[in-house]
Amino acid sequence: MTAPAVAAKTEQRDSAAFDVERLRACFPILEQDVHGHRLVYLDNAASAQRPEAVIDAVSDCYRTYYANAHRGVHALSEQSTDAYEAARVKVARFIGAPDSHEVVFTRGTTESLNLVAQSYGRPHLEPGDEVLLTEMEHHSNIVPWQLVSEQTGARVLAAPITDDGELDLDAFAGMLNERTRVVALAHVSNALGTVNDIRAVVELTRARSDAAVVVDGAQAVPHMAVDVAALGCDFYAFSGHKMYGPGGIGVLWGRRELLAAMPPYHGGGAMITRVTFEGSEYMAPPQRFEAGTPAIAPAIGLGVAVEFLESTGLDRIERHEQELLSHTMEVLSDLPWVRVPGHASNAGSARAAVVSLVVDGAHPHDVATILDEQGIAIRAGHHCAQPLMDRLGVPATVRASFGLYNTHEEVDLLVSGLHEVRRIFG
Amino acid sequence: MSDLRDLYQQVILDHYRAPRNFGALEPVSACAEGYNPLCGDKVKIYLRTDGDRVDGLTFEGVGCAISTASASLMTEAVRGLERPQAEALIASFLALMTGDGNGAAGVDLGKLEVLSGVKDYPVRIKCATLAWHALRAALEGGDPEAVTTE
Repeated sequence: MTAPAVAAKTEQRDSAAFDVERLRACFPILEQDVHGHRLVYLDNAASAQRPEAVIDAVSDCYRTYYANAHRGVHALSEQSTDAYEAARVKVARFIGAPDSHEVVFTRGTTESLNLVAQSYGRPHLEPGDEVLLTEMEHHSNIVPWQLVSEQTGARVLAAPITDDGELDLDAFAGMLNERTRVVALAHVSNALGTVNDIRAVVELTRARSDAAVVVDGAQAVPHMAVDVAALGCDFYAFSGHKMYGPGGIGVLWGRRELLAAMPPYHGGGAMITRVTFEGSEYMAPPQRFEAGTPAIAPAIGLGVAVEFLESTGLDRIERHEQELLSHTMEVLSDLPWVRVPGHASNAGSARAAVVSLVVDGAHPHDVATILDEQGIAIRAGHHCAQPLMDRLGVPATVRASFGLYNTHEEVDLLVSGLHEVRRIFG
Repeated sequence: MSDLRDLYQQVILDHYRAPRNFGALEPVSACAEGYNPLCGDKVKIYLRTDGDRVDGLTFEGVGCAISTASASLMTEAVRGLERPQAEALIASFLALMTGDGNGAAGVDLGKLEVLSGVKDYPVRIKCATLAWHALRAALEGGDPEAVTTE
C-alpha cells in the first residue's frame, strides 16, 4: 500500500463511528444465552474471545496447508513456514519492534517471563543481587523471579503501591541501586487496571542501575497502542488469548543484543545448528528460544488477531473502553454498598477498563454465582495477585474486565445484577 | 431466580451473617486448616475430644456464604457425637455434595439438608466441603500441612 493510500485508509477509519454492534457480530460466541439470559462477557482480563477471522485462520491452516514449520522441503511445510514467519513480522510491526528477529513465540506471557528469568536473569544474578518487582504483580511475574533467586542467591523485592493502587515512583526510585539487576513490572495491572508509566520507570532505572527492564504487557496489548521502542524497555511479554487470538501462543520481545547473548531456555529440535554427543551449537534468536515444533496454527491466528486489532484501531478501542470504564465508575458511585479498592475516584494515573469491586456483606464468590445466574461472566478471587490482595486488605474481589465488544447496556446489566446480590444478601 | 433461592436459603444466610462456634478453642486436641486456592477461602478447625466424644468444635476463617454456613452448621451437627458417628456424618455429607446417594444411607443429615442446593452448582461444591475435609483431617490427628480442595 502506498503512503497516501495508508493515510486515506487511516482517515476513513477515524471518521467512522465505533460500531460496537458490527464488531460484536464478528464474535460468534457472544451470540448465546447463559441460564436464560443473553451472555454478558466481562472476564476479558482472564481470557478474551476470538473473532471469526481468527477462528477461520486457525481452521484454514489445519484444513488446507498445515505441516511442520522449518523442517520439510515439501509444499505444505513451506507454506506453513511462510505463514508462521509472516505472523512474526505482523507481531513485530504491531508492537513497534525494530526487527522481527526480536520476536520469540512462546506459549504465553507466563512462559515468556520464565524464559527471561532463566535465560537472562540466571546468568546475570549473583548472591546479594536484587530483582525489583512491584506490589501489583501477577503471580507469573513473581514466581519465576523467586525460582531464579533460589538458584542464584539473589533477592526479590517489591516496590510499594499507594492506597490509590498506583506504583509509588519515589519509593521505587529509592529501592534502585547498583545491585539491582532486573526490574520487572506489569504495564497494566490485571487486578486494578492501573497503567504504569513504563517510560518513567525505564528512565529512573537507567539513572540508578544497569538493570534490565522486563515488562509484563499481557493486559496492555489488547487495550492500547504499544510501541516497545518508544517505551524503552528491554523485554516485553504478552499472550495471544487476551488479545482476541488463539490460546497456547504468546510473545517475548527482547532487544536483539540481549537475546543474542542469552543461552537457550529449552533444548530440542529447531533451535540448534549442529548436535554431537560432545556438545551442540545453537541457532540465533528467535529460533534459539523456540525448541520443538511450535504452535504453528495459533501463531498464524495471532497474526490475524493483530490485523483485526489494527483494522479496528487501538486508539478507537481505547476510547471506547475508557467510555465504558467512566460509565461503570459513575454508576457504581451511586451504590454506597459497593467499594472499588485501589481505585480512587480522582486517580492520577491512567486506567485500563478493569474494575475490581467488593460488595458489602457478600463474598465475591457468592456475587459471581448470582451474576452468573443472570448470564454475566466476571471473575471472583485473588486474580493471581495474592500479595496485591493482602496489600489492599481484601481476601478477594469481583473483577469486571471489558473488551472492545462490551457495551454500555452490559454495564447497566452488571449493575442490575449487583442489585440482585444486594436483594439476597442485603 | 428460584434456583438462587434454593442455594441461598435463609438458614444459610443466617449462618453466614452470624456463624456459630466461631473462634479459637482452648484447650484443643487437634487443629486442621482447609484452603481453597481457587478463591482464597481459608478455614481452621479446632477440635477437642473427650475419649471418643467430640467435646468441642469451633472454626475460624474467611469465606463465602456457602463455606462459612457449611462450617457453622457442621460444628453444630458434630458437637457431642462419638467419633464413628462423626465420621459417618462426614461421609454422608460429602456424598450428598457429590451426588452419591448411596453414601448417605442410614444417616439423617437433618438441618444440613439446607446445603443440598449446592450440588446443582458444581463450582461451589468445594466451598461447601472445605470445612468437612478439614474436620476429617483434625479427627485423624491434625495435619501440619493445610488441607486443600485442589
